[in-house]
Amino acid sequence: MKRMSWFNTVSLTLGFAFLYVPMLILVIYSFNESKLVTVWAGFSTKWYGELIQNEAFLNAAWVTIKVAVMSSTIATVLGTMAAYVLVRGGRFMGRTLFSGMIYAPLVMPEVITGLSLLLLFIGIGLDRGVLTIVLAHTTFSMCYVSVVVSSRLVTFDKSLEEAALDLGCSASEAFRLVTLPIIAPAVISGWLLAFTLSLDDLVIASFTSGPAATTLPIKIYSAVRLGVSPEINALSTLMIAVVTIGVISASLVNKRQVVRQQREEKAAERS
Amino acid sequence: MRRFSLIAVPYIWLLVLFLVPFVIVLKISLSDYAISIPPYIPQFDPDSGIGALLAKLDFENFVWLTEDDLYWKAYLSSLKIAVISTFLTLLVGYPMAYAMARAPQEWRASLMMLVILPFWTSFLIRVYAWMGILSKEGFLNQFLIWTGVISEPLTILNTNTAVYIGIVYTYLPFMILPIYAALERLDESLIEAAEDLGCSRLTAFWLVTIPLSKTGIIAGCFLVFIPVLGEFVIPSLLGGSDTLMIGKVLWEEFFSNQDWPVASAVAVVLLLLLIIPIVLFQRNQQKQEEAEQ
Repeated sequence: MKRMSWFNTVSLTLGFAFLYVPMLILVIYSFNESKLVTVWAGFSTKWYGELIQNEAFLNAAWVTIKVAVMSSTIATVLGTMAAYVLVRGGRFMGRTLFSGMIYAPLVMPEVITGLSLLLLFIGIGLDRGVLTIVLAHTTFSMCYVSVVVSSRLVTFDKSLEEAALDLGCSASEAFRLVTLPIIAPAVISGWLLAFTLSLDDLVIASFTSGPAATTLPIKIYSAVRLGVSPEINALSTLMIAVVTIGVISASLVNKRQVVRQQREEKAAERS
Repeated sequence: MRRFSLIAVPYIWLLVLFLVPFVIVLKISLSDYAISIPPYIPQFDPDSGIGALLAKLDFENFVWLTEDDLYWKAYLSSLKIAVISTFLTLLVGYPMAYAMARAPQEWRASLMMLVILPFWTSFLIRVYAWMGILSKEGFLNQFLIWTGVISEPLTILNTNTAVYIGIVYTYLPFMILPIYAALERLDESLIEAAEDLGCSRLTAFWLVTIPLSKTGIIAGCFLVFIPVLGEFVIPSLLGGSDTLMIGKVLWEEFFSNQDWPVASAVAVVLLLLLIIPIVLFQRNQQKQEEAEQ
């Protein structure tokens, strides 16, 4: 093992400090006694208490989670279908348009996606609420799911599916018994990605939500426009904690799976 | 039949919820503003033929965009902010990606995770974190006064400087990851060979490492540049009243002025602006894929 040069050590240290110190400050000041977020007045968890009693935030959080679960689940189904069609579907009419529509939302500015969907919903007379946010979120996150899943589909051996078909599986059995278990990690990460994108989205939700349904990012945005507040710090800390635990446990599960897979492959080679 | 429905379901979903909305934006951008609900006069009567339709095409909103200073200034200033902040992100991201690729093998997965983790954290919260740091009584000013670097607090929040900081901070992972991917593949013996042949370390870096990581640099730059061009949250929270960015203008045109036709025209022009970098980005990705094969 060679040692890292001082230049590399310094740039990594500074770089990660830049990425993490702001969040650290946010977390520390969420435990501040004082209402003034910039003056430290002793440790306190009172802002968390106030947060739990703030019904507007709780309602918004509930709407956000509902929307995220529904949209990411539909997006995962649609995105996996789209990925399968793109990688295995062969030629069909309008394939170029289809793959264009899969990749375009990834680079589309959110303001444009939001505006265009809102105009559609008004055009067809759909009342804005949970349903319209779910439709909007599903549309952009299915594209992310399909990119994640298709990158897995590309690398995996098509002959496994063909073997299943030769051995008498129907196409749907082959998909369920062979393809799906193999691409499952990609499908799960696609779902997680869709879920976080939906939790996180402010711009598209602002365009497509109505007075009946406000999501947490919309609520946070309107609160922070007025300035920094310790309650928002507490809320942010909770969200950061959830994400951190989620990402770390997902990567541990993933790591274990990779290790097990390698072990199985080695065992298969030996026998 | 099954294959048909497999294709048709996602296809129709995207047609209805992605393509049709764009046609509507295009249509409304060509209509007149009206004080009504919805606030525009539909330009096209579906009963009249294509000929009548073309004859009635009205580019008034687009002419308006060129006549009012605000819009072209906003486009130019978005472009300027996007170019400068992409460059700044590259300056910060490249050394980090380089150091990660040179780090001991067993660290790399963890370092990678540290880069990705902020990306999963709410964008809004990461921008918000800087509001407390950059404000007049904020952490940065307190720190600088405490160390004696400055005696008067600096005004950073609600200026373009804050916007640059916010963009570099939030988009850094998008820059690091593709560059890291390119650098990790780089064969170190090439650099050793260059050094053996008499290059200094700096020249070897300039003549070997940089060209070989070019596709990563280009990919990273586009991944930052494209979304920043239409950015709304950062200029709206960290920028000041003089920070002009087209995403913000579109938002205000829509929500504050309720002028849907102009908002739609702004969106159409923004899309046209984005087509060039998107096509270039795609070409870069294709080249990279071909090189890998």
